[in-house]
Amino acid sequence: MSDFPNVQLHVVTGKGGTGKSTVAASLALAHASKGKTVLLCEVEGRQGIAQMFDVPPLPYEERLLAKHTEHGAGDVYALAIDAEAALLEYLAMYYRLGRAGKALDRFGVIDFATTIAPGVRDVLLTGKVYEAAKRNSRNKGARQYDAIVLDAPPTGRIAQFLNVNHELAGLARMGPIKSQADTVMTLLTSPRTAVHLVTVLEEMPVQETIDGVAELRENGLPVGGVVVNLVRPQDLDEEARNALLDGTVDEAALGKALGSSGIDATPELVHSLVAEGRDHAERRRLEDSQRTLVEAIGVPTYELGKLAGGVDLGGLYELAESLCEQGLA
Amino acid sequence: MTRSGARVGPMTAHHTPTPHLDVDALLDDPRRRIIVCCGSGGVGKTTTAASLALRAAERGRRVVVLTIDPARRLAQSMGIDALDNVPRPVRGTTGALDAMMLDMKRTFDEVVESQATPEKAQQILSNPFYIAVSSSFAGTQEYMAMEKLGQLDKDARASGRWDLIVVDTPPSRSALDFLDAPERLSSFLDGKFMRLLLAPARGPARLMTAGFNMVTKAVTTIIGGQVLHDMQAFVSAFDTLFGGFRQRAQRTFELLQADGTSFLVVAAPEPDALREAAYFVERLSEEQMPLAGLVVNRASVDPEVGLSAAAAMSGYERLRDSSDDASRMAAGLLRLHADRKLAVERETRLRGRFATAHPDVATVVLPALPTDVHDLDGLRRIGALLSGDGAA
Repeated sequence: MSDFPNVQLHVVTGKGGTGKSTVAASLALAHASKGKTVLLCEVEGRQGIAQMFDVPPLPYEERLLAKHTEHGAGDVYALAIDAEAALLEYLAMYYRLGRAGKALDRFGVIDFATTIAPGVRDVLLTGKVYEAAKRNSRNKGARQYDAIVLDAPPTGRIAQFLNVNHELAGLARMGPIKSQADTVMTLLTSPRTAVHLVTVLEEMPVQETIDGVAELRENGLPVGGVVVNLVRPQDLDEEARNALLDGTVDEAALGKALGSSGIDATPELVHSLVAEGRDHAERRRLEDSQRTLVEAIGVPTYELGKLAGGVDLGGLYELAESLCEQGLA
Repeated sequence: MTRSGARVGPMTAHHTPTPHLDVDALLDDPRRRIIVCCGSGGVGKTTTAASLALRAAERGRRVVVLTIDPARRLAQSMGIDALDNVPRPVRGTTGALDAMMLDMKRTFDEVVESQATPEKAQQILSNPFYIAVSSSFAGTQEYMAMEKLGQLDKDARASGRWDLIVVDTPPSRSALDFLDAPERLSSFLDGKFMRLLLAPARGPARLMTAGFNMVTKAVTTIIGGQVLHDMQAFVSAFDTLFGGFRQRAQRTFELLQADGTSFLVVAAPEPDALREAAYFVERLSEEQMPLAGLVVNRASVDPEVGLSAAAAMSGYERLRDSSDDASRMAAGLLRLHADRKLAVERETRLRGRFATAHPDVATVVLPALPTDVHDLDGLRRIGALLSGDGAA
């Protein structure tokens, strides 16, 4: 059973290097495995989805990314949202600005609006996500999605990115852009949306996550869960880790145990394994103290293990399964 | 701390050996005036910049380090947690080291104040459009980091207070943003659209075409007339500063191309980070900006014992369900060993791929440390590792 049964829009953020795009992709696959038709969006122009799924760069167009293989599962579509294309589409949809659209481009207005004008870019990007979530008659024959996963900008910028209203407040106090922003905000602040934060168990990312949650709450944006990514293997219990840290490991007994598994346990090997174990135990101790901080945030947390061989397509499905088991999807 | 002399995976994935980056030679060279640390977010740029600055200072340079977004405890230990946008001496080192954290908005305000009459400056600073651009425009941080670098360089030349400036770059997803931001901002300030906004006040009649009217009308419809009005006020107040801004951006760009400047690209041994590093290396060479080398951070340390990942895994499978403590510990340690061997193999392959495509880029590989760095001792240790100093 999912912890977020009524959520349609899942926004995934995280500090650089924590694997937020990986988590977003896995979450999309996880929802699809539950029979949903899913749209996975990216907004930073990095073509991260294409790289993860090993497909050609995505255009500004919903493309089938992962077709269901089992009965009862859904498909995943992908969309790389581009602010310029979104603006032209918006103009075409709402204003029928055929020639004027071109003139706008020629005068550098499109460029201005999408790169410089503060807030406008974010309204366009979130506006497209909104359009996909709430398909209306203007976009005829468009696909309906049960779930949308947005690979969003990093934690440090997420509240600003989603709070499009506020960003525009000092500028556009009225006019269509303002009402567009208002409409988008009603979805983003509703229980249909959840913002999930990805972190690793290190000081800076955890601090940013705590700050990010506080900022989201201040802005009335619904916080979902915290996904703790790249967690180290948990094979050594506390007793073993303490022995490693205290330097009280019985290397002779360890050597014997290793030998019984058919490994040529030279003293050098045993010594090296113990040293590796000590590094690990030291890291784990830090991780545990950070985990306490994450738990204190008071939102559901999910843990994903570090895949030793790196994340490939198979790895994404593995992570998706783990997210399903833990109830994020 | 890791074992002394810890070595990181052999470079067996390709045939030409990667040239080694001699960090101490870089820091000691008196002609070297600026070192820029760049790379994608989350790869340890700030820590690398701070470590290099501390090491250079303790080797006799007079150094100032400009950081963008340091971890709180690191900032505290360097005494730069109070944002006041000026360099402060770092305590706890015998070297001459000043440090500062960038205040983006204040830097922008100071530029405006230095360029305009007090009256005009006030007019600009209180314009809603300016406030939005200076505090939230994506790219302002990059631009202001460059601006601050220019100021520090000028200050260093005039006062002789520093002979080396180490700069950290903003934590953008793309390392290239740093180079593109000044161009973007100055092309905005100098763009067609800005000229268009100014046109009614002073423009030649030929601009007042049907196209222009259509555009003004469309802009008014979409964003509202009041925004257009604010923008026009901002632009006409800013008009006299355009030239100044463009010149400053140009000067900073030239500073980055100068002989005394070196770029260090920082990456983690991950596909994304190395891909960004590759883009950056290519871009630097296009712009004729001097690249000193690549720092690969957080590399897995090769345990250097003969046991392969596969052999360790099979031992793990055999022991994992044992009930006695020694066997369970043995199983856990074998699993860790297997993971580490796999990680080393993978990272070596990734770095090998980078090195094959960019064989001339001098590289130094930094092992992952079991603990976080948040004090000067930690920075010293990183500095020593960067320099391949065995005493680390």
